Amino acid sequence: MLRNAISAAARPLAAQSRCYATAVSGGYPNVAHRPATKYGGVYTVTLIPGDGIGAEITDSVKEIFDHVNAPIEWEQYDVSGMSSSGEALFKQAMESLKRNRVGLKGILFTPISQHGHISWNVAMRQQLDIYASVVLCKSLPGFPTRHSNVDFAIIRENTEGEYSGLEHQSYPGVVESLKVSTRAKAERISRFAFDFALKNNRKKVTCIHKANIMKLGDGLFLNTFRRVAEEYKSSGIEYNDMIVDNTSMQLVARPGQFDVMVMPNLYGAIISNIGAALVGGPGIVPGCNIGREYALFEPGCRHVASDIMGTNRANPAAMVLSATMMLRHLGLDPLANSIASATFDVINSGKVRTADMGGSATTSEFTQAVIQKL
Amino acid sequence: MFRSHSLAGVARGALSRSYAIRQYASAPPTAGFAGRKGSNGKYTVTLIPGDGIGPEISQSIKDIYAAAEVPIQWEEVSVTPILKGGKTVIPDNAIQSVKRNTVALKGPLATPIGKGHVSLNLTLRRTFNLFANVRPCVSIKGFKTPYDDVNTVLIRENTEGEYSGIEHEIVDGVVQSIKLITWDASERVARYAFHYAEASGRKRVTAVHKANIMKMSDGMFLSACREVSKEFPNVKYDEDLLDRVCLQIVTNPKPFSDRVMVMPNLYGDILSDMCAGLIGGLGLTPSGNIGRDASIFEAVHGSAPDIAGKGLANPTALLLSSLMMLRHMHLYEHADKIEQAALNTIAEGKTITGDLGGKASTSEYTAAIIEKLRKA
Repeated sequence: MLRNAISAAARPLAAQSRCYATAVSGGYPNVAHRPATKYGGVYTVTLIPGDGIGAEITDSVKEIFDHVNAPIEWEQYDVSGMSSSGEALFKQAMESLKRNRVGLKGILFTPISQHGHISWNVAMRQQLDIYASVVLCKSLPGFPTRHSNVDFAIIRENTEGEYSGLEHQSYPGVVESLKVSTRAKAERISRFAFDFALKNNRKKVTCIHKANIMKLGDGLFLNTFRRVAEEYKSSGIEYNDMIVDNTSMQLVARPGQFDVMVMPNLYGAIISNIGAALVGGPGIVPGCNIGREYALFEPGCRHVASDIMGTNRANPAAMVLSATMMLRHLGLDPLANSIASATFDVINSGKVRTADMGGSATTSEFTQAVIQKL
Repeated sequence: MFRSHSLAGVARGALSRSYAIRQYASAPPTAGFAGRKGSNGKYTVTLIPGDGIGPEISQSIKDIYAAAEVPIQWEEVSVTPILKGGKTVIPDNAIQSVKRNTVALKGPLATPIGKGHVSLNLTLRRTFNLFANVRPCVSIKGFKTPYDDVNTVLIRENTEGEYSGIEHEIVDGVVQSIKLITWDASERVARYAFHYAEASGRKRVTAVHKANIMKMSDGMFLSACREVSKEFPNVKYDEDLLDRVCLQIVTNPKPFSDRVMVMPNLYGDILSDMCAGLIGGLGLTPSGNIGRDASIFEAVHGSAPDIAGKGLANPTALLLSSLMMLRHMHLYEHADKIEQAALNTIAEGKTITGDLGGKASTSEYTAAIIEKLRKA
């Protein structure tokens, strides 16, 4: 962790800021710093279905991609976090990701037990340094929820903070868990957020923090954000900041006031789940993790959902939409747009809906409906 | 990553062993009320009116309590910091009063930003060992929000965790903030949660955690909850991930009406305000701080200096907090009676304050509640 942060800080600043630029097409960020693996016009993409409903919803993506003849070849790794024995396969999957630079993944289960392995989801983000998590929450016109005017983007620092994994017991019954905050990482995530706002015609960036209590840690994040904001002054993007408890209160009462939000790691977990709940659940919220060299696409709300695993009832929309973000990342915009609009059409027309959206359709029926539209 | 993993493995071994040999003081029903009536047949309660709108809304509570003949006499104190030995501290008589009466009702305090002294709330919390923060949120009939079926109770560990205040900058640009979790504090708040569950008829306790990521710290919090749960066979116990709880409450808060949630400091801070947001904000949510030496019930909203002294403030949050206090003091009948009167007044919507969409002044709203009390 520490070594990582230091090396990031040591990189020449000018080069850094150029790399953070997020060229965006179709509303999604696109960091094509180094090209993805491509042979004969076909991209090789690492696919990690993950645990729980992962296999079902990635099957749905594969079917749709097959139907439209997407120039994607999957390199699939059925890693499972249910036991620690999958570590060898996990390492292979990481190597594949490093080769291909682009991946699509479901969520890997992380045991709660202290004897279990660390979160592989977090390990991936840290090892690949995919530092920015982007989650988009937007109300769907065809699926009214309690709130109708939701349209915001959550930019979450993905590699440090509370997820540092540094914990120790200094005395029996006394545990310390370290939250590590660095200026370098606060700066690049703030830049990412402003660049994202610029490229996507967003008007305001809000920094979410708890600097009134964690004066040094979150204070560093907030001050760095303000300094970066100064540099973007000429772009006309507004900025403000809000304390995380107030933010969660405002979100459920008046979500319309938010545009782009940028925050440290743990708050992102909370805010993205509140956001997903506002627009209709984790089944329809796509997300991605973006770094300088790698991009990994996964549903925006990171739930394993083992309770409905294998029942063919999961909503594959979030995964399909994440996959379209991936296509845009690879520069395959027309294909991405047609799949995304077919998916939204199916959701908005309301005839074929999975159980989480109050329907009775199965995962495969939903997939077929999307294919029909295509 | 993997190296630190194996190191953690060693520490873990030590951790699980220590659980086995440690003896835990089993406190009596944590922080139960043990006050006695004075010679005039009344309990004495410390009243800290607070700043801004504080005095107005406190007056409203006093009027309502007088009308409802609650056996309470108020001992009003100020907690405006004074200079003592070069440090700003809370006046002694305020501390003594709360210590003597063991119960206090507190209005909002203005927090001076960036002024050298420790926040008053923090000082009170430390002085009286206020280890648990109880935040019930119930939908208020007559004030429409997108959610009308909220009925949650959240208990938050209040003394440590992410708010330990232990932070340092290791090198320029790298800060460590320490989240401190101790077995004793976790066990204490868990025990209170189970007692609360038993007393309030919610027969289920859910521990909210992020132990998949913070395996040792949140893991120990969970172990403490599990350990305590064994002493309460009548109360169901389960655990849920913070992510899932956020998602589920905002999607549909109704399933949470049968349980008490207990969690470490930061999660509790965020979730309690989120639940407040569901029912319309801090103006309608009560809060109680339970401690070993005393318990302080308070309105958690700000002191609203912009409308202070104009008679426009809404006293509901402080009133509801005071009702939590009455129940803490086992004065259930009075609490129920006043609650009915207040909720009916809001539900009718004729005399409600500006923040709820009405036109009434603080005193008109108070009078309407008193009117209801007389009829009841």
